[in-house]
Amino acid sequence: MDFSYTETQDMIRETLSRFLADTYDFDSRSKMIASSSGRDPGIWKALAQDLGMLGASFSEDQGGLGGGHLENALIMEELGKVIAIEPYLQTVVLGGGALKAVGGAVADAVIPEIINGNVIIAFAYAEPQGRYNLANIRTTAKKDGAGYVLNGHKSVVYAAPWATHLLVTARTGGATSDVNGVSLFLIDANAKGIVRRDYPTVDGFQASEIYFENAAIPADALLGDEGAGLPLIERIVDEATVAVCAESCGVTAKLHQGTLEYARQRNQFGQPISRFQVLQHRMVDMFMEVEQSKSMTTMATLKLDLPAAERMAAVSACKAKVSRSAKFVGQNAIQTHGGIGITQELAIGHFFKRATMIENQFGSADHHYDRFERLTLAD
Amino acid sequence: MQLEFSPAEIAFQKEVRSFIAENYPENLRSVQDEGHDLSKEDFLSWHRILAKKGWIAPAWPVEYGGTGWTATERFIWSEELAAADCVGTMPFGLSMVGPVIYTFGTPEQKAKFLPGILSGDDWWCQGYSEPGAGSDLASLRTKAVRDGDDYVVNGQKTWTTMAQHADWGFFLVRTDSDAKAQEGISFLLIDMKSPGVTVRPIITLGGEHEVNEVWLEEVRVPVANRVYEENKGWTCAKFLLAHERTGIAAVARSKRGVEKIKAIARTEQDGDRPLIANPFFKRKISELEIDLTALEFTELRSLAGEASGKGPGPESSLLKIKGSEIQQRITELALEAVGHYGAPYFRGFGEGDNEHPIGPDYAHRAAPTYFNTRKTTIYGGSNEIQRNIIAKMVLGI
Ligand SMILES: Cc1cc2nc3c(=O)[nH]c(=O)nc-3n(C[C@H](O)[C@H](O)[C@H](O)COP(=O)(O)OP(=O)(O)OC[C@H]3O[C@@H](n4cnc5c(N)ncnc54)[C@H](O)[C@@H]3O)c2cc1C
Ligand SMILES: Cc1cc2nc3c(=O)[nH]c(=O)nc-3n(C[C@H](O)[C@H](O)[C@H](O)COP(=O)(O)OP(=O)(O)OC[C@H]3O[C@@H](n4cnc5c(N)ncnc54)[C@H](O)[C@@H]3O)c2cc1C
Repeated sequence: MDFSYTETQDMIRETLSRFLADTYDFDSRSKMIASSSGRDPGIWKALAQDLGMLGASFSEDQGGLGGGHLENALIMEELGKVIAIEPYLQTVVLGGGALKAVGGAVADAVIPEIINGNVIIAFAYAEPQGRYNLANIRTTAKKDGAGYVLNGHKSVVYAAPWATHLLVTARTGGATSDVNGVSLFLIDANAKGIVRRDYPTVDGFQASEIYFENAAIPADALLGDEGAGLPLIERIVDEATVAVCAESCGVTAKLHQGTLEYARQRNQFGQPISRFQVLQHRMVDMFMEVEQSKSMTTMATLKLDLPAAERMAAVSACKAKVSRSAKFVGQNAIQTHGGIGITQELAIGHFFKRATMIENQFGSADHHYDRFERLTLAD
Repeated sequence: MQLEFSPAEIAFQKEVRSFIAENYPENLRSVQDEGHDLSKEDFLSWHRILAKKGWIAPAWPVEYGGTGWTATERFIWSEELAAADCVGTMPFGLSMVGPVIYTFGTPEQKAKFLPGILSGDDWWCQGYSEPGAGSDLASLRTKAVRDGDDYVVNGQKTWTTMAQHADWGFFLVRTDSDAKAQEGISFLLIDMKSPGVTVRPIITLGGEHEVNEVWLEEVRVPVANRVYEENKGWTCAKFLLAHERTGIAAVARSKRGVEKIKAIARTEQDGDRPLIANPFFKRKISELEIDLTALEFTELRSLAGEASGKGPGPESSLLKIKGSEIQQRITELALEAVGHYGAPYFRGFGEGDNEHPIGPDYAHRAAPTYFNTRKTTIYGGSNEIQRNIIAKMVLGI
């Protein structure tokens, strides 16, 4: 057993942290979000080409640094510390994760383009009726000659307005919630028959409703085997769930730190409010939640390559805990700030918003307790 | 003791219910349903209808324009307003400064200010908090110096709700810097159009413009606009804070909120069943509803105490704490219920923009409302301060 990071991992963290400190202060972030595209594409390019960061979790054969889940986790944690709106989760963790898992010609062609920053992938999986059930899919992919024709509606697809590619879950067979008949496709985001409605999200990203209207896609867009895509989808979503937990560690650490700093300098009744024991205990509880989130995220990251049932139980345990922590830390950060906590002008509120969205991303605490129980508590 | 309404009370309930049904402004209803921000006129349109009917200030003594309703009738009234989703009337005039004026004001002040509060012609705001004086309100520094028949006021207030619409504000100002903190404060009514008053918006987390900074620079305020004695403003402030806290329990609105959650949970799908059939979610709704019942009966007991002559005392802090927590839990459940559709950010409709919000209608305000409602445990005396009050005043520790 060894919980230490390698020199390369330390270096990745330090390089990224320094870069983000220079580029992602609160004002710069606000300006990016307010700009017409809602982001600064130069940052993504710099992450790829100046820092080599987008290759950290890919093998050296594919032009990466030879890392994996741990690299994704530490990068996501650093991104969380500045509430970055970069599409790392969607492009590298989800898109890259799927490509690494299936390999082959498409992976060989696309992964280098991810690494050099030319490809942005958005993950179109959720549907209005589906909630957090990954198999609950109505979008269909019908065989048509050599390729497929897509029809359906995907909800709240983060990063879609920026994407060059969409990673899409669709039914090639079976009924709405069947385990079989689910397939995963990587398609050109600008293909004919894809209609998007773009909008900002409450946590600063851009997202879209995506409507496939007889969108024709080639045969090689299929990742893995037709109709047998669910295990692959579950796996990459588990990887993404842990990545979001890592991000949450960064977000909540900052919420806690910001609260501590504020409480030290805010005076009421002739003393810093940090002297009030009820607030001290609360900040201690926040601290413990952050530490436990880090522990659970480490645990789950290290278990991502175990057999599916063990992996799922670990990921659900992690997400259930992290969701609750994100809520607790976020709410108490605002409460401890008093009125100033609910203004748009202060960073703390924006960290709170991201923490709130993390709570339900890839499943609420309830959803994950439920999955954990199904896997670990036989009747 | 008995729970059932009397026949007279049932008749009263019918009367107010049909009045609301027949008189609630149609266009206000659609503004609310579509999730627009309410304008000043939106708020006032309903206010004026109630004023005309004579039902705008049920809690006031009849001699000043109250309805003379019993506590039960007032209870029925607030239930019916909430059940019909009526917009609230602004509390600053009706529940705050109005009672201060009819309790502590001069006959001239009553004659000058009470009619405008009732009619809605005067919109009021509350100028208590300052950047350095939040929970520790008595440390406020805005200064008023006597100059002939005027005070000259200098200072900065903050978090002033709806000051952007206000015609008048009631302010706590320091008139004696040498006295002990609470003893050198006076209660002034300030015309918001006075030279030297500047209102600047503060935008809150859901994107709304609700609160403001108010700057006072060399503002001249007639001494005639001071309520009660000089340096005794804290007496008015404390009286008013206790009043502010009872309304804050918001039981009737929260009941309506719980009903809305149930409706959402019946519509939202969770796999092959509606969300309301999800045992976890169902349990959270029940917990909420049971806690709300506990709050409701605590409030009813407290109202009964008031009716028998005990004013709202420190136990109103209990109503504030539990009421505000329940309001927050309602918004938490709403956000949880809408799933993915909590994320899209939709700020009402722009000018000439008739795009439909993303996702189901009940979803697009869920996140902003959740963010915004964090305020309820902060304002009106934070919940920490309320607990301090109970510890000191009720438990005696
Ligand atoms: C089963 C058991 C085994 C023990 N074994 C040992 C032992 O081996 N050696 C030994 O030396 N002692 C031992 N203790 C004693 C133990 O250390 C004391 O009980 C403990 O320090 C609390 O002191 P107290 O019981 O006098 O409670 P008090 O100190 O009177 O505390 C009463 C309550 O007030 C709270 N409180 C006190 N001060 C503060 C503060 N500043 N802020 C907030 N809250 C406060 C406490 O948390 C507690 O809830 C043992 C006690 C128990 C119950
Ligand atoms: C949406 C909104 C609307 C408002 N509207 C108005 C208005 O119209 N007019 C007006 O005058 N004011 C208004 N307020 C101000 C409100 O009353 C203050 O925000 C409130 O009194 C808290 O003060 P503060 O924000 O300065 O927080 P602080 O007093 O700085 O408190 C920060 C934190 O410290 C805690 N704390 C402070 N003292 C203690 C203590 N002794 N023990 C334990 N914990 C403590 C608080 O509970 C809080 O958690 C509004 C506020 C909000 C958020």
